[in-house]
Amino acid sequence: MTETFVYWGMDPDWAWFLATVAGILLIALPLMLAVAMVIYVDRKVWAAMALRRGPNVVGPFGLLQSFADGLKVFLQETIIPTAANKGLFLIAPIITFTVALMAWAVIPFNSGAVLANINVGLLYIFAISSLGVYGVVISGWASNSKYPFFSAMRASAQMISYEVSIGFIIVCVVLWANSFNLNAIVWAQKGHIFGLINGFAFNPLLFPVWVLFLISSLAETQRAPFDLTEAESELVAGYQTEYSSMSFALFWLGEYANVLLMCALNATLFFGGWLPPLDIGFLYLVPGWIWLFAKIFFFFLVFSWIKATVPRFRYDQLMRLGWKIFLPMSLIFVVIVSGFLMFTRYGA
Amino acid sequence: MIQAFAFYLFAALVLASGAFTILARNPVHSVLWLILAFFNAAGLMVIVGAEFIAMLLVIVYVGAVAVLFLFVVMMLDIDFAELRSGLVRYFPLGLAIAVVLAAELVLGVGAYRAGALELGTPAAETAPLVGEANIVSIGALLYGRYLFLFESAGIILLVAMIGAIVLTQREARADAGRSQQNISRQVSRRPEEATVNTRPEVGQGVQL
Amino acid sequence: MNVAQLVKSFTLWEFVKAHALTLKYFFKPKATLNYPYEKNAISPRFRGEHVLRRYPNGEERCIACKLCEAVCPAWAITIEAEPREDGSRRTTRYDIDMTKCIYCGFCQEACPVDAIVEGPNFEFSTETREELLYDKAKLLANGDKWERAVAANLEADAPYR
Repeated sequence: MTETFVYWGMDPDWAWFLATVAGILLIALPLMLAVAMVIYVDRKVWAAMALRRGPNVVGPFGLLQSFADGLKVFLQETIIPTAANKGLFLIAPIITFTVALMAWAVIPFNSGAVLANINVGLLYIFAISSLGVYGVVISGWASNSKYPFFSAMRASAQMISYEVSIGFIIVCVVLWANSFNLNAIVWAQKGHIFGLINGFAFNPLLFPVWVLFLISSLAETQRAPFDLTEAESELVAGYQTEYSSMSFALFWLGEYANVLLMCALNATLFFGGWLPPLDIGFLYLVPGWIWLFAKIFFFFLVFSWIKATVPRFRYDQLMRLGWKIFLPMSLIFVVIVSGFLMFTRYGA
Repeated sequence: MIQAFAFYLFAALVLASGAFTILARNPVHSVLWLILAFFNAAGLMVIVGAEFIAMLLVIVYVGAVAVLFLFVVMMLDIDFAELRSGLVRYFPLGLAIAVVLAAELVLGVGAYRAGALELGTPAAETAPLVGEANIVSIGALLYGRYLFLFESAGIILLVAMIGAIVLTQREARADAGRSQQNISRQVSRRPEEATVNTRPEVGQGVQL
Repeated sequence: MNVAQLVKSFTLWEFVKAHALTLKYFFKPKATLNYPYEKNAISPRFRGEHVLRRYPNGEERCIACKLCEAVCPAWAITIEAEPREDGSRRTTRYDIDMTKCIYCGFCQEACPVDAIVEGPNFEFSTETREELLYDKAKLLANGDKWERAVAANLEADAPYR
């Protein structure tokens, strides 16, 4: 985009600045729209699996339901509890929301279409997603109320636990792709299986790793069956209990933006990102971002499907799964994958 | 220009948030300021071109260590009046430590100005791998030249981890008779093994 | 734990099966009624909004015996009565506080002349609380509005009373 602006006769620095801002808007605004639609899809899927109809009143097929909810939330009064720590109470949803948007900077939408094509893209995402816990922890503490506080405790322990195994899973992918750059990882998946199928997940060695990643990403985004931070039967609404109006909406948007990010990561790391599923010439006629969006949407459906199917874990079960099963398994797979690569690729 | 601006911005923020870490009355605020300091330090690392270190700083310190800090500090029930009551008693000790630190600082700067200490010849083969990505050069050094140090650091950490686990397990061993959950046994239990169908005569009851 | 179980637990077999089940349900016809457009049939005994009925000649049925007022466990009914010009005993006031009413149906059981009846209507939500404090005029108007349905319901339920 920068080149276009320069071609139009703009100063290169300004062109870069403008192109970056435009890129940010190009990602953030459709993302907000996507979040609204995805909430609708989520509700429809759960409803359908519970033999209900789901939202079907606002707009055709209830498509505008999320916008109606957004408007309602926007018109509500913002309530700040008197005992709350005011500054932190207001900062917390902003952190959640910003962090959820920030990570999208390095997701490649096409071979060249990435806002920040940095070498350590995957580490960047990992770093940013580890920041996400602060929104929850700070909101839980600043609310000065017991259920949000319990929720904050749970969230911090849960996210740290699963980040460890996500880290090892990422190591497997990085070893195979030989790069931390997300675009390079996508390229490495081109024709991965028999020169025909694009995607690491179809590799028998990496498929279990993908399953681990899928489940860990559910835990990382605190979605069912790991939504212990907002377990309504125990904690009212968890860390969001004291929030209302826009501050609540920011949590809401941030949460779903995070879920979409995890779907995008599933697609990018294991299912070939913006590459078509099969490495056949005519499939490349469809633009890459459409493939990526289709994959993200597919994974979102899988996420809602899981949410509609699996009951919530107990907290000790969650911790056991994270530390006693996922951590050793992901470690074993790091050893297996690196050993396999040493034998096949580097011939040692 | 922009580099200088970014450097001064990050540096000023690191210093300011560092100061606030000490000055903040509320320990939770202190930790949050500390996190901001870590974050801006990561920004400084990015400016120097060490993006890998920057990311590690955020992942390890902000993402894990500081969360645990916050975790602990949030659960503390701190009485500020009591905290301040000891100030007069501990003031001399604190002052003494401050004086020692200042003296060491002056000594260190003086020694540095007097000329560098010759520890050995700088190794020629560690010349920076110019043009390589950050991670590649760090990896080459860690797993090449410093392999032994790296591995021994790993073993020390492993020992520490095992030590921590053993310490927390102490109680469990002492109390061997207590009922412990055996999850794989629970999961592998089938209805056939657990239930039995009987048809007792009236008034006979069931033999368990 | 035998081998089959081990394989099952590592392939997440139970989860796969559960997901197949929910996927099947995803495509099944939905059980929910599309409420404002579809409604369930309701029993003739359904106890909804109260109505005060009239005789076919237009005379109100209520004779101000105050049995309903006496039996009401929620004290939702208030009746005042005095003789009319023609000498018949009638209510001058018949109020039901619908916010107090628990829809137990005792009033219609107590009524000797089938004057107060709980009709089939359940969609009478209002925007203010005051609108739920029904007076005699409102109840009689309800009676005129729902007479056919109420009469049919009473007819249908009569053999079981």
